[in-house]
Amino acid sequence: MMNTAYFKDQFEGLADDSSADTIKELSKAAFESYNHSGLPSSKLEEWKYTNISSLFDKNYQFSKNNSEEELSYTSLKALNLPGQNEANVLYFIDGRFMPDLSKIRSSEKELVILPLEKAAAGPYQKIVKEHLGSSSKYLKDGLHALNTAFIQEAVFIYLPKGQQLEIPLYLHHVTHATKENILSQPRSLIYLAENSNLQLVETYTTLGSMDSFNNEVIEIVLEEHAFLAYYKLQNDGPNAAQVSSTHIHQIGKSYVQSLTISLNGGVIRNNLNLVLDAPGNETHLYGLSLLKGNSHVDHHTLVDNKQPNCFSNQLYKGIASDTATAIFSGRIIVQPDAQKTNAYQSSKNIILSDQATIDAKPQLEIFADDVKCSHGCTVGQLDEEAMFYLRARGIPLKSAESLLLQAFSSDVLTQIKLEPLRKHVEQLISAHLASS
Amino acid sequence: MNEDLDMLEQSALNDYKYGFVTNIDTDTIPKGLNEGVITLISKKKNEPDWMLAWRLKAYAYWLKLEEPNWANIKHPPISYQDIIYYAAPKQKEQLSSLDEVDPELLKTFEKLGISLNEQKRLTGVAVDVVMDSVSIATSFKEQLSEIGVIFCSISEAIQKHPELVKKYLGSVVPMTDNYFAALNAAVFTDGSFCYIPKGVRCPMELSTYFRINAENSGQFERTLIIAEEGSYMSYLEGCTAPMRDENQLHAAVVELIAMEKAEIKYSTVQNWYPGDKEGNGGIYNFVTKRGICQGDYAKISWTQVETGSAITWKYPSVILKGDYSIGEFYSVAFTNHHQQADTGTKMIHLGKHTRSRIVAKGISAGQSQNSYRGLVRTAKGAINARNYSQCDSLLLGDKCGAHTFPYIEVKNKTAIIEHEATTSKIGEDQLFYCRQRGIDGEAAVALIVNGFAKEVMNQLPMEFAIEAQKLLAISMEGSVG
Repeated sequence: MMNTAYFKDQFEGLADDSSADTIKELSKAAFESYNHSGLPSSKLEEWKYTNISSLFDKNYQFSKNNSEEELSYTSLKALNLPGQNEANVLYFIDGRFMPDLSKIRSSEKELVILPLEKAAAGPYQKIVKEHLGSSSKYLKDGLHALNTAFIQEAVFIYLPKGQQLEIPLYLHHVTHATKENILSQPRSLIYLAENSNLQLVETYTTLGSMDSFNNEVIEIVLEEHAFLAYYKLQNDGPNAAQVSSTHIHQIGKSYVQSLTISLNGGVIRNNLNLVLDAPGNETHLYGLSLLKGNSHVDHHTLVDNKQPNCFSNQLYKGIASDTATAIFSGRIIVQPDAQKTNAYQSSKNIILSDQATIDAKPQLEIFADDVKCSHGCTVGQLDEEAMFYLRARGIPLKSAESLLLQAFSSDVLTQIKLEPLRKHVEQLISAHLASS
Repeated sequence: MNEDLDMLEQSALNDYKYGFVTNIDTDTIPKGLNEGVITLISKKKNEPDWMLAWRLKAYAYWLKLEEPNWANIKHPPISYQDIIYYAAPKQKEQLSSLDEVDPELLKTFEKLGISLNEQKRLTGVAVDVVMDSVSIATSFKEQLSEIGVIFCSISEAIQKHPELVKKYLGSVVPMTDNYFAALNAAVFTDGSFCYIPKGVRCPMELSTYFRINAENSGQFERTLIIAEEGSYMSYLEGCTAPMRDENQLHAAVVELIAMEKAEIKYSTVQNWYPGDKEGNGGIYNFVTKRGICQGDYAKISWTQVETGSAITWKYPSVILKGDYSIGEFYSVAFTNHHQQADTGTKMIHLGKHTRSRIVAKGISAGQSQNSYRGLVRTAKGAINARNYSQCDSLLLGDKCGAHTFPYIEVKNKTAIIEHEATTSKIGEDQLFYCRQRGIDGEAAVALIVNGFAKEVMNQLPMEFAIEAQKLLAISMEGSVG
């Protein structure tokens, strides 16, 4: 693999002006860890169904610092989702946070956005020191370490105490793969102080016909009574591979709702970790994979119950047609102290073609006795009777199929509380089903 | 309070009633494993050359392997040179009937509750007894041979039916399958062999009783069962061992082959010595069990009740190759004190219209860890494959763990797969209901656990079910606090 030598070169060539020692130390340790473990192979249990290392047979480049010259705010605006024009939008170009292109509509009192280096050196030093890199304890693979090794032009987002942000915050990742294969490594640290409320939307666009690989890490911390709604929309081209790791740490009694919609893309792996680190946390995780062509989407969730009286619920739905692969691997851990935990997990899948694959690995690891935990998993087809009912009423095969699949998706979709986003996703799904 | 103490004392005594040692002279070979030892075992068993060649090939392969570490179990490294690979009770040459068996040995089996004589008369179950490494006695052989059923030790089968052994040995679990299967292939000393000819419905339950008696010895038995077209057989397997401080290794291989329309029902009550309350000693039970539904409409059903062993590591599996074939797996795994169990099944759907059903019940108490690990795979050609899996875990005590690791892999658009798992403790309301009616705590828990395991227990043959229920009750004593 050419990349290893390239990464080494790049790492040694990193400008030494990265102001904060915290970040410098972290990335140094991470690079050593990357050197030690390398890229995850499918021999690793956690990567059994997703082979990332084969993607690295080709060479990826980190972007040069000049790609934003070609992208103006107006050209970016054309990529916006409905509703995004009225929201706070942060743009990441090739994984680098672009403060100048970004548009913050909320006041500084309501929402603090800083380049991570500045936050680490300034008033948020303590938070950065405590929480940046805390996901490494859970994600020990080389890819995650690689992101940490190259923390550069990352973003720090802070919601002050009591701020109930009414307009959502979009993180829009644009990869500029027009000339060469691009490896982008966006990194964010988001902190929700007591009683704050954030609606976060993430979306991805790859420009150009070369391959892109987005190796993203987001760390989110929630204090007491904070509320987070987190939407991720993956609707990129088949040349766009992605490993997106989100690590949510609930240090106070708080509420998280996460929703991941995967419609198009190449090889996609979503790591979603929830650490329930205070009594009474509540978490709802939803996911929908609607795949065709050669897409490969691997939802990998981990809910670590560390404190008593927590509640978590997971509902993941997958539809795979053509040669697509839909994977759900969920893991619930209940630590010895986490008595009275209620943790539920459900994965429902429809397989529409003999070339498609569905793999599921719902796991429970329970070390406390006073708990209620369950998981369920099904793989099947469209209900023949429902099909017959529709066909008998003169609805053509295609429409009937599409109708039933929309119904199957709907209990995930109705969880999208952002009206424009939900409408947009519903439209995408209708178009998606009509074209297949 | 006093009553509680009494009860605890009682349960400490009751813990493992099969923990006695039988003082019989044994013929053992020195510790250690090398080609010389394997040749010696083969020679002692008077095996043909092809068998020795097979063993040495397996040994050469085993040397290349590393011990697997993916299971959810922890144990100190096993020293394979510290094990005696062959230990046989010394006895007169060639027994012609049970009457000639060493009386000391017969006493042992009486203590185990399987008086061969009595069972022969009363229950009509044919028993093959394997002590340490060799098969001691097989009852009912003549009656069985009249209808063409071959039921004997595998050593005897190698001598008398080499064509069958040669054809099927290693065909379901090849020597290259895994670390312990390779080890077993190299050093296996005895086990049972069973052949049911075409169209025969075996009139009685066939049963094997395994016992490790000698110190420092390991038991490596190999069982091979072949059911020809249209035949039926039910097979029972039981295991015990004396209480010793050190860990003993038991690495068996079981192969089942079911031809067209044949049915094999394989039941195990595993009660190897689980070690003491502090987790010292006990058997490491690392077993590879696999059956293949070779022909259409074949059926293989595994039922297991696992209460013993310090560590259990086994996944009885079914390869559903024939169209319309059926695989079943029913399991109760109970762990107490420091026991660890990582058990489950694999259902590999290859043929069309194949069906499988998995019911696994795990009960953990004390500081034990109990894991279910299973795989359901449907291949591209497995049209209309159907699977239903249910894994329930019950936790008794706040220091134990219950884990579920199911793997589901579907590559076929007509497959329907369902998996369901729950984990909980015994409901306060259920306990209250019993206590209110004058049933004491211990009995109430036993009652509820029995109800929890019933779905599986019902699958066991009658006399085995009673034994298994008692076993469960004994293992559970003292686990409620």
